Amino acid sequence: MDSSRAGAGDTPDGVVIAEVTEEELDGSVLLRMLGDVSDGAVVVFEGRVRDHNEGRSVRCLAYDAYREMAAEVLQEIAREAVRLMGASSVGVRHRVGRLEPPEVSLVVAVAAVHRKPAYEASNYVIDELKKRLPLWKREEYADGTSRWLGGEMPPVAGEPAGPVVGEESA
Amino acid sequence: MTERFVVPVRLFGRHRELAGAAELSVELAVGGTVGDVKQALAAHPGLSGPQSFAIAVNRRYEPDESPVTEGDEVAVIPPVAGG
Repeated sequence: MDSSRAGAGDTPDGVVIAEVTEEELDGSVLLRMLGDVSDGAVVVFEGRVRDHNEGRSVRCLAYDAYREMAAEVLQEIAREAVRLMGASSVGVRHRVGRLEPPEVSLVVAVAAVHRKPAYEASNYVIDELKKRLPLWKREEYADGTSRWLGGEMPPVAGEPAGPVVGEESA
Repeated sequence: MTERFVVPVRLFGRHRELAGAAELSVELAVGGTVGDVKQALAAHPGLSGPQSFAIAVNRRYEPDESPVTEGDEVAVIPPVAGG
């Protein structure tokens, strides 16, 4: 193997990892998995659980997913980020289960020859997974109530897609 | 008499709580569609009312006119909220 590569050379489609996991996430782990000497830019994004949303104090987020399908959709989105956005390699992991602030729920790492496609591919992965990844979150508040957050109707041929507001539950 | 079959339908998030189950059985006529699955689900006490959800068949989002056949993996997909 070419020793200048840190893993990306093993994947013909440029996707070093794309998975849904219960494990703790760490952007620096993904960072070490991608990029080679021809890449001048690497962008790592960590999405973290924050302690407030829409004016309410958040105690934790419980993530549920259709794991089998979510893994396939993440893989597809990561491949698109390489093919459409000009990234050299992409890694993405989404965590599920019960997460407290400031735990990391999502990591996206992108390597590219230049800065612009690296940022654009990173944004693309996040924008697309918010529209398409079959995954849900329930916010639990400091006052003991909770609510499944509204989200995006995934795109289905011939039907409108778009945002839907959440509903309060006990 | 039309031949019928039963397809298991997986539930997630709020729908799993509303239905009190991770999976429901839906009976369809041979030649049934995603639209028929939605109609059958609306008859379930926990899932009736104004619900917005998509249906995935074999891990792809499918429109109402898509066919559902015996052995398909079917799931109810409420609005997604990753990130």
